[in-house]
Amino acid sequence: MENIYLITAVVLSFLILVVPSRLRYYFSLGVSLYVVTITSIPAVAVMITPGTQPESFVFGGFLGSLTLTIDWLTGFFILVTNFTALTGILYSRGYLEPYLEKKSPAQLSLHNFSYTWLHFSMLGVLLLREGISFLISWELMAVSSFMLILFEAEKRATLKTAVNYLIQMHIGLVMLVIAFLICEAETGKMSFDTLKIYFSQHTNIGLFLLFFSGFAIKAGFIPFHTWLPEAHPAAPSHVSGLMSGVMIKMGIYGIMRVSMYLQHDIYTIGLIVLIISVISGVLGVMMAIVQHDLKKLLAYHSIENIGIIGIGLGIGLMGWGSNNPVLLFFGICGGLLHVLNHSLFKSLLFFSAGSVYKSCHTRNIEQLGGVIHKMPYTGSLFLLGSLAICGLPPLNGFVSEILIYIGLFNGLSSWSVYQSITMILAIIALTMIGGLAIFCFTKAFSIVFLGSPRKEFDHEVQEVSTGMLFPQFVIAGFIILIGLLPYLFLKPMAEMIFTQYQIQSFPLLTTLTRTLSMISLVGFILILLIVILYFIRSRIMRSRTVASGPTWGCGYTAGNARQQYTGTSFATPFIELAEPILQSNKEYEPISDEEIFPTPHSFVTHPVDTFRSTLNRLIDFMMLILKKLARLQTGNIQHYILYAFIFIILIFMLLYLHIL
Amino acid sequence: MIVLILAIFTALFFPGIIVRVKSILSGRKGPGLMQPWKNILLLFRKGSVISKTTSFIFRIAPVIYLSTILVSLLLLPFPGLPSLFDFTADFILLAYLLALGKFFFIIGAMDTGSSFEGMGANREALYSLLAEPAFFILFGTLALLTGHLSMHSIFNYFQMSGYDSVIIGIIAVYILIQIGMIENSRMPVDDPKTHLELTMIHEVMVLDHSGFDLALIQTGTALKFALYGTLIANILIPVSWEIPGRIAVYLLIQVIFATIIGILESFRARKKLMKNPQFIATLSSIALVAFIISLLMISKLIQ
Repeated sequence: MENIYLITAVVLSFLILVVPSRLRYYFSLGVSLYVVTITSIPAVAVMITPGTQPESFVFGGFLGSLTLTIDWLTGFFILVTNFTALTGILYSRGYLEPYLEKKSPAQLSLHNFSYTWLHFSMLGVLLLREGISFLISWELMAVSSFMLILFEAEKRATLKTAVNYLIQMHIGLVMLVIAFLICEAETGKMSFDTLKIYFSQHTNIGLFLLFFSGFAIKAGFIPFHTWLPEAHPAAPSHVSGLMSGVMIKMGIYGIMRVSMYLQHDIYTIGLIVLIISVISGVLGVMMAIVQHDLKKLLAYHSIENIGIIGIGLGIGLMGWGSNNPVLLFFGICGGLLHVLNHSLFKSLLFFSAGSVYKSCHTRNIEQLGGVIHKMPYTGSLFLLGSLAICGLPPLNGFVSEILIYIGLFNGLSSWSVYQSITMILAIIALTMIGGLAIFCFTKAFSIVFLGSPRKEFDHEVQEVSTGMLFPQFVIAGFIILIGLLPYLFLKPMAEMIFTQYQIQSFPLLTTLTRTLSMISLVGFILILLIVILYFIRSRIMRSRTVASGPTWGCGYTAGNARQQYTGTSFATPFIELAEPILQSNKEYEPISDEEIFPTPHSFVTHPVDTFRSTLNRLIDFMMLILKKLARLQTGNIQHYILYAFIFIILIFMLLYLHIL
Repeated sequence: MIVLILAIFTALFFPGIIVRVKSILSGRKGPGLMQPWKNILLLFRKGSVISKTTSFIFRIAPVIYLSTILVSLLLLPFPGLPSLFDFTADFILLAYLLALGKFFFIIGAMDTGSSFEGMGANREALYSLLAEPAFFILFGTLALLTGHLSMHSIFNYFQMSGYDSVIIGIIAVYILIQIGMIENSRMPVDDPKTHLELTMIHEVMVLDHSGFDLALIQTGTALKFALYGTLIANILIPVSWEIPGRIAVYLLIQVIFATIIGILESFRARKKLMKNPQFIATLSSIALVAFIISLLMISKLIQ
């Protein structure tokens, strides 16, 4: 990476704003491809040769110089970012088509410009180690994603969500700034690399937790998640895919980066990360079950998956702290692989949900149904994504989950009884997450795509263009590839973790190889068996009489599409079980006793995010206090002079008494 | 491989034994042992009616359901002999393969757009999600006790851990029987003989399946019984015996398992649907008790 390449990339990105609107899309695609190429080459170079020292490039600009550093962790995240950013921009062409007439060319240029800069700033976050430049990049990431969420700013809700997002991101930024300042005050330099010095001299937990909360707001750990389920649905689908697939992972990257410099108390820190992650995972998926908005449902699943990644990292840190290489290796390896996996299946799910939105003009699953007949490809892709996110074999989600499981089961047999109990609770949590995800995605998939349409649309529902399907097929290909041949992807990753944490690779690598090759083998056997059985079935069915008729309604013939099971009816038994955590507001008029002949009634439910409402109650309380304090604000100049006078006297008094 | 052959062999008689036991206990003579299979074979030969609402999901679901069960059987070890695969954490793959089958079974039912089937699908999803932790805690307990993570070595070392582990064995067998009953939609949770669709789980999900597809599902269900029976046999059969002896005991255990199901079904009433989640969650807590006992046994809790 040389100076000139980077300067070209920045200059080209500004040209997006001025190129004619016919060429705008191709131009920004070109810029993306260019950046992907120049950053992927060094990233791959670092990844394929384990044990290489981090490579640094000094980027001299007219305002001074920046140091870009690539090590294996950066390289890994760069590849994940580049892949999702590229598929996103490919997908966006078809998705934005209906907006070409509605939006002015300036708005569209700004959108493409922000998208490119979101990509740039994420790369910046990964490449920069020095405090100030890192924070600027972090801030650019927040601002550019804010611009992207604002795309449909004419909707009031979107505007409100975007502002909410911006404010929350800045709370996170403030925490990071404070954390860096503490580091600077003690060591004289503001950088990730000096953290090592800080951590070796001071207690680790405090500063780590400050960094953790700053990064956790971005990553969406509960209780820092409230922006996430609002912002993802408000953004256009390719942006949601990029945000959920990669941007929130920058928080994970930050946590990982900081954790690498830890010196003491690593075990306790790992335990804290594990506990927060378990809570995020379980509550995230539970709240996903209640949702009616397809994209909001997916957004809550992001919280769940961040939780799974966090479980991996947490047990990894615990293993590191207690010198247990098995726990360390499988935790970190599973967590990192899940970063990659989640970026794949979550962007796929957001893209296919976006296709449904584009064709049906609604994201409310209660109004959809039978979409698979009109959109078979989108339906199959969504199904594949659902299977992967549920962690079912032979797809990629399973591989990362089994690695984390192996870590957890290994952690069971330790010297400490508390660790055994923690691990069994985490195992229970992870199985619950798996089961709940299956519950949620059988609901989401079958209500949206199966059955018959619940509402007649006055426009025709049709499959989206090949241009939109193509990037999704590429992602699907990778999902299947990682699921069937995980060893290919895990070998380089394992090598890097071995060098990073200085673990003996001998017994671990054998276990890993055996497990992964058996997973591949079983995966292939399963697929082969399914194909053979299906082939036999179709041969036999050809010689049988196959009639088609209406669905058997147990003798009841007057059923219609509105009597089908809905998302709410599917979720209700579970909501009743989980009553205090899951709440939903119901609006309906009860049927009165006098009503002999049925009249039209309505029934609407609104899912409530318990954390958000708790937060709102806190804010209401603060507002109440502030309103009472507002009485001081009389608007009378004499009063203000009095306040100043009291203040001065107070200072004098304190000085006199030697308190100040 | 030996497990697959034995499991298919036992699956041939399994449904027959259950029906026979239930008939005898209710004072009837009952059909022949092979009658359930004659019915399935009849279904294999029949044509089918497929709902117009359905898509390719409906057609592929039974195939995937049966395939996952067959592959799971391949993963199981025979007492003392490892399976073809035998790797670290194979029981997780086993559980997730069964979950994959269930996923397709559920969406296959939802594909018909019938609210009856939606009801069944919903219950199936809920109950299996509640039953899942019990299975994992059980294996966590065994892993803790033996220090191994593949089914073959877990069971092998469990056999060697002496008489102290008998209590864990009893709890494990109890939990496996109960999970087997729940997963196969048998009595305390679901009544396969009920005649009201509103109260069914498994049966209502296959309302629209007919002919070949229905036969595939019923084959799968019979095999699933044999699968849980094999797990129980792995816990009970001492590995030091001769192979023919082990095979004989294996078959005996399967027969006893089927008889127990028949007896339980004859004397037990179906629970109220609302009570089912509680009942299933109890299994997890029993499994946790086993976990604590094993903590005690390896003298971690009290030195």
